[in-house]
Amino acid sequence: MTDTVRDQQSSCVSIYVYEVPVRIWHWTNALAITVLAVTGYFIGSPPPSMGTGEAYDQFIFGYIRFTHFAAGYILAVAWIGRIYWAFVGNHHARELFYLPVWDRRWWQDLFTVVRWYLFLERQPKAFVGHNPLARLAMFFFFTLGVTFMIFTGFALYSEGAGQGSWQDALFGWVIPLFGQSQDVHTLHHLGMWWIIIFVIIHVYVAIREDIMSRTTIVSTMISGERTFKDGNPD
Amino acid sequence: MQTETFYDVMRRQGITRRSFMKFCSLTAAALGLGPAFVPKIAHAMQTKPRTPVIWVHGLECTCCSESFIRSAHPLAKDVVLSMISLDYDDTLMAAAGHQAEAAFEDTIEKYKGNYILAVEGNPPLNEDGMFCIVGGKPFVDQLRRAAEHAKAIISWGACASYGCVQAARPNPTRATPVHKVITDKPIIKVPGCPPIAEVMTGVITYMLTFDRLPELDRQGRPKMFYSQRIHDKCYRRPHFDAGQFVESWDDENARKGYCLYKMGCKGPTTYNACSTIRWNDGVSFPIQSGHGCIGCSEDGFWDNGSFYDRLTNIKQFGIEANADEVGLAAAGVVGAGVAVHAAVSALKRAQMKRQGAVPEKISEEA
Repeated sequence: MTDTVRDQQSSCVSIYVYEVPVRIWHWTNALAITVLAVTGYFIGSPPPSMGTGEAYDQFIFGYIRFTHFAAGYILAVAWIGRIYWAFVGNHHARELFYLPVWDRRWWQDLFTVVRWYLFLERQPKAFVGHNPLARLAMFFFFTLGVTFMIFTGFALYSEGAGQGSWQDALFGWVIPLFGQSQDVHTLHHLGMWWIIIFVIIHVYVAIREDIMSRTTIVSTMISGERTFKDGNPD
Repeated sequence: MQTETFYDVMRRQGITRRSFMKFCSLTAAALGLGPAFVPKIAHAMQTKPRTPVIWVHGLECTCCSESFIRSAHPLAKDVVLSMISLDYDDTLMAAAGHQAEAAFEDTIEKYKGNYILAVEGNPPLNEDGMFCIVGGKPFVDQLRRAAEHAKAIISWGACASYGCVQAARPNPTRATPVHKVITDKPIIKVPGCPPIAEVMTGVITYMLTFDRLPELDRQGRPKMFYSQRIHDKCYRRPHFDAGQFVESWDDENARKGYCLYKMGCKGPTTYNACSTIRWNDGVSFPIQSGHGCIGCSEDGFWDNGSFYDRLTNIKQFGIEANADEVGLAAAGVVGAGVAVHAAVSALKRAQMKRQGAVPEKISEEA
């Protein structure tokens, strides 16, 4: 958010923040992560054995793994699309990918938001895009987290795809980097919890701010419009 | 001796040409090569001088040697006595003491740059290597001496490749795998504790036949034996895909031979040829005998927690915990924090409302 935007639009009550591709990506991504976490957990800790017939009569674990891989591909492709949109979309679409650590104003706002969450500010500050703390959390938990999961995920997938596959050519180096296959499995598993922790905080804060702050949060990711309840986008 | 070929030695031992050709076919099959390679192998065996090999032993248990001498295709006898010229191996050679050490020096001098150095075990580096003494000197000195003029180095087993049990935490002697001590020579890792006998003789046969190193993967292991996980070729794999698992030892599912994944089988994370070549002349391998793979051919397998758990213990958290325990605890703490924060937020808001601090407009629209 720049000062000019704030000045020009100080009389507006709604600002268009999230463009259509960003919103489609957000909800696709949310769905993919849910599916990946559930199926991924089952891959690590399989459900009780079902059926006592011949192995060729059922494919339960195969389907669980298939669902995981399919959702993984969707997540990865959506993430590539999201990175592309960071270049061609509006400036809010770039917030996920870097932190303006050189900006004094950003640091000041960050501490204001931290004080707000510690109940030390009576009134929250309103932001058009992400607030600085949200941006920090998104960058470390989500942007780095999901990139890590895509790299380790495809590295593990390449073990099944086999040497010489494109997955192996692009991501196979990840396995010796972390030691051996089991280490990568363990880190991929920890990554799941890392993202689950992000989701818990993300959902809670989004709902809380929707109720307690001066701007819309949840509906903004549906309509794209940030509405300032008191008509003052500052 | 330098000009004597494999074939010469075989014929001298009274082996017929027919048996020799049979041996070549079996070797080709063991290496995964087509019938067209049989004459090539035969040609190499008949024309190339035998390759001199120096086989040194560091910190190890000799299980690699034990495995090696049980090779069925080709027989270790054929490899040791005929294909290669095993000029120094303090465990297998007849000579001992000064004679043995003289043979070691002779071989290095005579075949400078042409011999293969096979290393079983690894050198401990703490206390100037005093934890492993060979011929009155630290093993690491012998290793460096032998490696200096070697054409290539074979790291036999988990010890030489990765460190194995003596390098497990806390590694008091600082046992160090060969590739971290010798950095200027081509090194072939043949991991496993021990490696499969046919894999060991297969690697040697390949190097002799084609006069080059076998194709190696990113970690320096021969692709022909280590390019797939045990899991990929496991005969119990259909039960894995079907979701049929052994739930506890000796249960009904164990009797039916279901997948051992839930019992901590490391097959899905272990690269080796056990599920295809198997052990003891193809009799069986751990999974076939009803026990999960323990991942002995993978780096640091002693430090990766229980043999019966598929997640690595994370030592950095003080107590031994695996990724699930750590993750669940962290998510629990965050979840509890969120709940407390939500409660305080609600109280704060109620308080502000009572004081009239929340503008009417917000409470209406919220």
